[in-house]
Amino acid sequence: MAGIPHDHYEPGSKPEKWLHKRLPIVGLLYDTLMIPTPKNLNWMWIWGIILTFCLALQIITGIVLAMHYTPHVDLAFDSIEHIMRDVNGGWAIRYMHMNGASLFFIAVYAHIFRGLYYGSYKAPREITWIIGMLIYLAMMATGFLGYVLPWGQMSFWGATVITGLFGAIPGIGESLQTWLLGGPAVDNATLNRFFSLHYLLPFVIAGLVVVHIWAFHTTGNNNPSGVEVRRTSKADAEKDTVPFWPYFVIKDMFALLVILTIFMAVVGFMPNYLGHPDNYIEANALSTPAHIVPEWYYLPFYAILRAITFDVLFLDAKFLGVLMMFGSIAVMALAPWTDTSSVRSGKYRPSFKWWFWLLVLDFFVLMWAGARPAEGLVPTISLIGAIYWFAYFLVILPLLGILEKPLPVPETIEADFDAHYPPKDASASAAE
Amino acid sequence: MSHADEPAGNRRDFLYVATATTGAVITGAAVWPLVNQMNPSADVQALASIEVDVDGLEPGSQVTVKWRGKPVFIRRRTAEEIAAGRDVELGDLPDGESRNANKPGDADDANRSISAFLDADGNAPEGAVEGEWLVMMGVCTHLGCVPLGDAGDFGGWFCPCHGSHYDTAGRIRKGPAPENLPVPQAVFISPSIVKLG
Repeated sequence: MAGIPHDHYEPGSKPEKWLHKRLPIVGLLYDTLMIPTPKNLNWMWIWGIILTFCLALQIITGIVLAMHYTPHVDLAFDSIEHIMRDVNGGWAIRYMHMNGASLFFIAVYAHIFRGLYYGSYKAPREITWIIGMLIYLAMMATGFLGYVLPWGQMSFWGATVITGLFGAIPGIGESLQTWLLGGPAVDNATLNRFFSLHYLLPFVIAGLVVVHIWAFHTTGNNNPSGVEVRRTSKADAEKDTVPFWPYFVIKDMFALLVILTIFMAVVGFMPNYLGHPDNYIEANALSTPAHIVPEWYYLPFYAILRAITFDVLFLDAKFLGVLMMFGSIAVMALAPWTDTSSVRSGKYRPSFKWWFWLLVLDFFVLMWAGARPAEGLVPTISLIGAIYWFAYFLVILPLLGILEKPLPVPETIEADFDAHYPPKDASASAAE
Repeated sequence: MSHADEPAGNRRDFLYVATATTGAVITGAAVWPLVNQMNPSADVQALASIEVDVDGLEPGSQVTVKWRGKPVFIRRRTAEEIAAGRDVELGDLPDGESRNANKPGDADDANRSISAFLDADGNAPEGAVEGEWLVMMGVCTHLGCVPLGDAGDFGGWFCPCHGSHYDTAGRIRKGPAPENLPVPQAVFISPSIVKLG
């Protein structure tokens, strides 16, 4: 499957040969698991496996929770308490599902910023990047739909605010919003369809994940040096790579264990730390909580949504905020084309580094601003943060490629690896 | 038809187009019910108008009722609130429309309130003050939160979600909301009963 030369599966025994002729499934699994992987990958390359684990965790705990949950406005809130108090081990399963969503988003943000720093989005990995952005959008949709299901105050009002975004679209907005909600306001029809879609979307994500993996198994992984694996011969490729199994599987499993230790401590000792107490009050259409905040993982984009408080030409502030929010993800998806630098990895780009870390800081500032009430300096800070977000992708990345003088890049992955871990026998592995 | 503009397509082309068109129509017909099932169902659409008894509501207080899944504010305004609403220059209003289903026009204070009950002789009940009844959807025109009463910089309503300020006539004055709070169809059918819808 990969473009990197390597040994393919050869069926050995008679039953294997029999099966391989009819369905080469073992070969597919073998080639996927034995994929030649750059040997210089650092710890930021663990997040893919963490994300795969999160998807599995959410699907499994979710299917179990659905056995006890009732999607009806009169019963939903109580059925959550039923899960928490009566269902055997229900509290643990629900807390894992709740905090699993947070772990999922921590991992996806680490994964995205890893890609942004090491230029993983650049040619020839644009498709991997775009699929990744689609997965991220589907994750946001799934998380939002799921947060509505407990039918607490934040569920209800979050749903009201977010579906209101669609109402802001000029012309068709209002009928689109009614169609989404199944009525003039968030109500039973809304809860039912949100449950149905919350169950559906994770399987869509699973499908996209397969395509995501397929795409980067075709191009090969990026790596911290940004230098491509040599494809000149199998011998050359083997100097730059080690097979995914067992090397990276063991490494990733170790990382997963460390992360799960922290995760289970959160689930066990502070399961509601990342939640909001208002969601333990049943939904009430006649009273808005004093301060509606989305889940922490939406805050940066929520801040961008709120940053626009003025009309521009014929577009009103509300619609502009919506455009900005979706636009902030769209410009990220365009990075493969707006980044003009010929050097892939940020390690060898002295000015890029500063702008990149400023983007990371911007992300956290926006997250802070999104959590505060829209008063005092917060709207101004949000606006500045939003402007930097767009400027990074639309102005800074294109200009840097022209203005910046990059540092020398290692000749090969092997040379990069040997610089960190000098070989014991120097003659055996000089860079070629 | 002359030889020069003989149709270029042959029988096979016609069949392709006809098959594709039929296929598209059938697909559309099959998909439409799947889309349309998400529109409001009959029980949701069967939204009877409701009658609200506002007897005993003192000036300066309000009731909130749920109508069509959304809150409606019914406020009996004080003389000061009415005066504050009438003091505003129309030019200072971000939204110059009355947004009143009963009284379309400018957003001046008189156009925002609803009329008191008039008996057969055209007389208002005793003690009625012109413009004291304000009836409006309690749904912020920004993203649909319920604004809080007696709050904000203009002595009216304040939306806690994104900081929109409404004045004593429910008109947007400051913040991201684009429009005044809408006044639904509402009419007094007796001195103390207002009918919504």
